[in-house]
Amino acid sequence: MATGTEPPGTQPRPSGGGVHSPARAAIAAPHLRTDRWWLAPAATAAGLFAFVVYSTWRAFANADYYAAPYVSPFYSPCLAQNCRTMHAGPNADLFGSWWAISPAIIILIFPLGFRLTCYYYRKAYYRGFWASPPACAVAEPHKKYTGETRFPLILQNVHRYFFYAAILVAGVLTYDTVLSFRDQHYRWGHMGLGTLVFLVNIALIWTYTISCHSCRHIVGGQLKHFSKHPVRYRAWRFVGRLNAHHMLLAWLSLASVALADFYVYLVASGVFDDPRFF
Amino acid sequence: MSSYEARFKVWRGDADGGGLKDFRVEVNDGEVVLDIIHRLQATQAPDLAVRWNCKAGKCGSCSAEINGRPRLMCMTRMSVFAPEETVTVTPLRTFPVIRDLVTDVGFNYVKAREVPSFVPPAGLGPGEYRMFQEDVDRPQEFRKCIECFLCQDVCHVVRDHEDNKRAYAGPRFLMRVAELDMHPLDAAEESGLDRKASAQDDHGLGYCNITKCCTEVCPEGIRITDNALIPLKERAVDRKYDPLVWLGSKIGRRRT
Amino acid sequence: MSVVDRQDWDVVVVGAGGAGLRAAIEARERGARTAVICKSLFGKAHTVMAEGGIAAAMGNANEHDNWQVHFRDTMRGGKFLNQWRMAELHAQEAPQRVWELETWGALFDRTRDGRISQRNFGGHEYPRLAHVGDRTGLELIRTLQQKIVSLQQEDHRETGDYESRLKVFQECTVTRVLKDGEQVSGVFAYERESGRFFVLQAPAVVIATGGIGKSFKVTSNSWEYTGDGHALALLAGAPLVNMEFVQFHPTGMVWPPSVKGILVTESVRGDGGVLRNSEGKRFMFDYVPDVFKEKYAESEEEADRWYEDPDNNRRPPELLPRDEVARAINSEVKAGRGSPHGGVFLDVSTRMPAEVIRRRLPSMYHQFKELADVDITAESMEVGPTCHYVMGGVAVDSDTAAARGVPGLFAAGEVAGGMHGSNRLGGNSLSDLLVFGRRAGWHAAEYAQGLGRSRPPVDDAQVDTAAAEALRPFSAEEAGARQETGGPPENPYTLHQQLQQTMNDLVGIIRREGEMQEALRKLAELRVRARRAGVEGHRQFNPGWHLALDLRNMLLVSECVARAALERTESRGGHTREDCPSMEREWRPVNLLCRLSDPTGGLAATDPVRGQITLSRETTEPIRPDLLALFEKEELVKYLAEEELYE
Repeated sequence: MATGTEPPGTQPRPSGGGVHSPARAAIAAPHLRTDRWWLAPAATAAGLFAFVVYSTWRAFANADYYAAPYVSPFYSPCLAQNCRTMHAGPNADLFGSWWAISPAIIILIFPLGFRLTCYYYRKAYYRGFWASPPACAVAEPHKKYTGETRFPLILQNVHRYFFYAAILVAGVLTYDTVLSFRDQHYRWGHMGLGTLVFLVNIALIWTYTISCHSCRHIVGGQLKHFSKHPVRYRAWRFVGRLNAHHMLLAWLSLASVALADFYVYLVASGVFDDPRFF
Repeated sequence: MSSYEARFKVWRGDADGGGLKDFRVEVNDGEVVLDIIHRLQATQAPDLAVRWNCKAGKCGSCSAEINGRPRLMCMTRMSVFAPEETVTVTPLRTFPVIRDLVTDVGFNYVKAREVPSFVPPAGLGPGEYRMFQEDVDRPQEFRKCIECFLCQDVCHVVRDHEDNKRAYAGPRFLMRVAELDMHPLDAAEESGLDRKASAQDDHGLGYCNITKCCTEVCPEGIRITDNALIPLKERAVDRKYDPLVWLGSKIGRRRT
Repeated sequence: MSVVDRQDWDVVVVGAGGAGLRAAIEARERGARTAVICKSLFGKAHTVMAEGGIAAAMGNANEHDNWQVHFRDTMRGGKFLNQWRMAELHAQEAPQRVWELETWGALFDRTRDGRISQRNFGGHEYPRLAHVGDRTGLELIRTLQQKIVSLQQEDHRETGDYESRLKVFQECTVTRVLKDGEQVSGVFAYERESGRFFVLQAPAVVIATGGIGKSFKVTSNSWEYTGDGHALALLAGAPLVNMEFVQFHPTGMVWPPSVKGILVTESVRGDGGVLRNSEGKRFMFDYVPDVFKEKYAESEEEADRWYEDPDNNRRPPELLPRDEVARAINSEVKAGRGSPHGGVFLDVSTRMPAEVIRRRLPSMYHQFKELADVDITAESMEVGPTCHYVMGGVAVDSDTAAARGVPGLFAAGEVAGGMHGSNRLGGNSLSDLLVFGRRAGWHAAEYAQGLGRSRPPVDDAQVDTAAAEALRPFSAEEAGARQETGGPPENPYTLHQQLQQTMNDLVGIIRREGEMQEALRKLAELRVRARRAGVEGHRQFNPGWHLALDLRNMLLVSECVARAALERTESRGGHTREDCPSMEREWRPVNLLCRLSDPTGGLAATDPVRGQITLSRETTEPIRPDLLALFEKEELVKYLAEEELYE
């Protein structure tokens, strides 16, 4: 009891950066979390990695992407001369003969860009791959951080253009889904397991696309007065409700698009015959 | 369950240094971490420094890190821990420590001052304001903020990079910019202030990489990232990166 | 003794809650250089706890509302003991003060036509409370805080310094108001963070420190509510008025023990919640007092119809003024019809759909879920009375908020007495803060400017005495060893707990003569022991030391409450005597004033019998006839003595 009443003097204390900066509480551990904080980023990284591996293989394979009436979503629309002919299908020879590699590359840029700049995926890979941060209140390993303030990450701001493009791509995939109601001889009135896979996929693609933050902004978020725009207000609320599940939709649609492609692969490579419902 | 003896580690020290001190302390049914800290003060460490006020999750004073996670001590029930678990309590690790669990949160007050205030609309006197619930819903969500600064604490932009404190306002104050930009009667634009562009130019919106820790720790459940930061980024895109919108705003009278 | 830093200001505001900030804004806008001192961080003041709303007769929800009706409700709620001029100013100016907040950026909930929505509350005839969900206090404090920041930004543009004309000293505590003769000359304070002392020299000091709830065990108040302002005023020579009136809010949480006392907003009842005892009975119908018989429903059916059709039905008795409801709950529990943890049941779950509850009472939903594991959309809450507000306080001039007898001292908000009479209506405190905060800031600025250059100087001797007083807890051990005060050092936390227990048990919601005498004896004993309150460690952010200093204030204020309560031999509003159960008309025009026994402001008097407080009676000014004319004669005869009626 009764120690000196004047506060002690302060001396600088050697230390590092971040949570070890000089003035902060002296705690050696970079974080004190006791839960399994690494599980979520690890699972995210694993999931994304698996998709990248799978899609790279399929995109460069340039084979087994069409089994009438199904066209793999990785190859639709197909825009080079080396595309397989799909009767009334989503091919148009815009690029001509000089395009020698897989035509999937031309079109995959758009959904890839859309997902790469998506606000959810950004969180997922910044955390999962970049460890920036690995988890909340867990120190990140980088010395310097400028976020999305400069090139290249400032380009994340183009998300909106990819959204516009994603709408077009989703439109083509919708068309493909409609075409999947034909049989392999292009006669209408067919439905196979593939059709169902396509239906589920396109539903997820659309809900993921529509639930995008840019979309939410464009349909109504940019307004200052909802009261003057009742229709856009309702649209904004609808998109907002979907947007709350953006993460879930991002994963589901990622899985479904891979699954749809894989289904086409199985049928096209003859592993499997498309079971018909009618 | 009635009462048991818990193991606590509480950081004690000041700017010169310090460390985790072990305590054994009684815990009763229904208590929260702040109760235990108070018991330590009353029985074992009378000079243990801690900030608190309302003890009901309304004032945002008792922010700390409990088992490494930023939380309000008054809203962390002891029942979430197993009786044999050691509970570690440290001060916020993003701000300079003053003593024990108390940190210097001055950073936040400096940033608060840098956000230009509400600009009242010209020609409307007190009592003449008319606003509609659907228009005030959005900014009202942000005004639930109790300024506990947990989001500021957890945000890795400043937590892990001291130098960024200069350029970056942090989630709380970017949200404040969003709140004002969404205020139905804010007349900043008429006065020549573009809050959307200034969020990026003056308050460091670009530093945010939307990793959502602010939303995760918010004790008020405000969806900071989805409802404030991302919409603000989109608004900045309107101003700076979207030629269509830019063109539209030049040609038409797109008064929204 | 170390050199104490000194600064000059025109106006110093002690306290940064609603009243303090509003006063500071007003003083600064009138050109006074203004400093605000607060114990907590800026923006954390107790005002954030206010939930229900701000009472103001804007007439948005019911066009029949106007200031006269609001005035009437306020007087009725206060059982006509209110300083009527304050009630009048309050009712007249409240709408302006609310609208002004909107021009500073506040966002209240809206009506369908875009105006400020207003809700029902106990004792208010019409829906009158401007609100934001159930976090109105937060909105108020944030708006004022942001207005201060906006003024600082203005100053920054002009002078290059944010704090040139308006500065907030956060986490600092004032321990003495300094005087030059009769006049205020400044304040003595310490920084909580560093323990360093400083003096702000200023001719005008506005006290806006809030209440005294921390002297009671079960309270909705935060640690800051240690009666600092009340004590500062007493020590500076200003009297306190009607300190016996302490409001026990009827609905505080009762379980778990660690949150006992935390407020359950009155909006729960305003929006349809009902009180039931353990037999499931809505017992409030049995507790409507005679003076309110005509205003409240007699059957559950009528009460339930009122929510939809308030013009043709009378309101449910759950919405009686707080004192009535608190007493009723107390009686039910005493009669053995309480809930398992010693309260009664407050139920909204059977009254509203879950989604509506979550929307209209979000923080209540949250609070019960998080703290008590109770889902209020599915089960009843258990509630009981909790010490909430003190109606008594610094005796002030109604128009200027100037404290009596001390030129330069002003008081506003909860720390000021008179406005609410013997019982405050819900929602009237936030409006009180704004109306009288503004008036205090205005008149303090005017007073300071009126003095010109002839400002009262700060007396060095007073600064040294104040510093010595503040440091005493550090030398408690030595003092004990020298047998100066005769005993070992005392733990301030223990003393505080004993004080709270004493006040709760002996001067609580129901009072008896013998118990209050016992309380005075215990207080005297605690006072002696408090002089030996000792602390460990150093001055840097040392909560033990802070508490030891706050004890002086709590003991002073507690003595005021106990002495005044013992003196007033009737029951009225927030003062209920079991041995004098009825309201006496002779007591209506009587105010009880507490003054420090030692007029020099010294605190040497530890004589248990005499104590530190001297009580005196004062007859109030008659209510102005035009204001009396707002009431029906039949109603007035219940409150006023014959001769008051026919004057």
